[in-house]
Amino acid sequence: MNIQEYINSGILELYVYGALSPQESEEVSKVLKQYPEVETEVSEIEEALKSLASAAAPYNPEEMLAAIKAKLNSHGGIVQMHPTSINKRARIISFISVAASLIFLVGIFVLLNRTNNLRQELRVVEAKNAIMQTKVDDSENSLNQAKTILAVIRDPKVTKVPLAGQQVAPDAYVNVFWDKENNKAYIDALGLPEPPQGMVYQVWSLKLDPLTPTSMGLLEDFSNNENKVFSFDNPNESQAFGITLEPAGGSETPTMDQLYTLGVVTNNA
Amino acid sequence: MQPDDLILRLQQKDEKAFERLYTLYSQSIFGVINSVLHDTEASEEVLQDVFIKVWDNCDSYSSKKGRFFTWLLNIARNAAIDKTRSKSFKNQKKNLTQEYFVDIIESKNSFSNKMDAIGISKYIKTLGEECKKVINLLFFKGYTQKEASEELSIPLGTIKTRNRLCLNKLREILVE
Repeated sequence: MNIQEYINSGILELYVYGALSPQESEEVSKVLKQYPEVETEVSEIEEALKSLASAAAPYNPEEMLAAIKAKLNSHGGIVQMHPTSINKRARIISFISVAASLIFLVGIFVLLNRTNNLRQELRVVEAKNAIMQTKVDDSENSLNQAKTILAVIRDPKVTKVPLAGQQVAPDAYVNVFWDKENNKAYIDALGLPEPPQGMVYQVWSLKLDPLTPTSMGLLEDFSNNENKVFSFDNPNESQAFGITLEPAGGSETPTMDQLYTLGVVTNNA
Repeated sequence: MQPDDLILRLQQKDEKAFERLYTLYSQSIFGVINSVLHDTEASEEVLQDVFIKVWDNCDSYSSKKGRFFTWLLNIARNAAIDKTRSKSFKNQKKNLTQEYFVDIIESKNSFSNKMDAIGISKYIKTLGEECKKVINLLFFKGYTQKEASEELSIPLGTIKTRNRLCLNKLREILVE
């Protein structure tokens, strides 16, 4: 290498400026260690630049040294003495923060899971409650019905009309409780057999002379009525009550050969 | 010669070595910072920060990478440029593009070193406009050759030699 040419190329000035790439700088550093004249040249360039830059300083900042040294010490000088301990501490701190975040995440998952389970359990309990409530309502209903029936039966103003079984069903029996004041009739149909599929019992109010039947209604939903007590409006001047078996939906006039029960109002007068 | 033993002792956190290196380099570094900021108070703040960084990060310096002075220069230029971007500094609405080190030196009345003062003033007077710009960008602003050649419209291949010629004049004057 021609050292003088190398020096004259101007690369050393750029080296001192820091204008070279890191690779170029490292190469110059090697050359500098090999050739004393290059080292001398670099030192001279550096001295010239230091003089030039110093001229641009507002003043010589010698007196600021004390303030800077004070800041070095308040800056955690003891910690700075052991760079490895910083690294170790930083590593421990970052390990702790990672661990903390993981624990936090796991905690959130556990809580979410638990919340879901609780919600599930709550739903089951709510469903059970609803079922219980329905049962309570049902019992209350049937109790009320029983009370109503009992009240009707005990009421002296209510006329009891027993209907006896007829030819098609000799064992059948029905009681009609007729509350004339309120135009209500309660049919206690416990003594009737289950109607066949597609058939329904129809209740008739009868006038006897001439025989004039008036439909009071159907014993709908017979098999599901636990008490087998049905209530009807009865504004008729009934002289007798009859129950026939009719096709579903009922009939205009009673089918007489399917007359199950019949009874005459006795204390009509 | 670079004070390699002082640098080594600095890296072992020797405060005396730090003090001596501060004495050797602080005024030139202060000048570099001031030529970027053109503000004495802001330059004082940055100079403090720079030497605290020097103390904290001295392990990262290696003579394999370059000169200690160059390492200081990089820290100082970066810190000064960061300062120009800070809100408090921008609020002062400094016009930084017009002035450079030449204006600071020309407008200065007192020099701490009389010999240098005479020499540098003489140097600045004789320095060509192009030399002023080249030195300002490469030395004070930390531009790369490529950036300087684009900024000044000088071919990349001639930046190096032009700059050397500009600095040679300075060295001659200082040696006189």
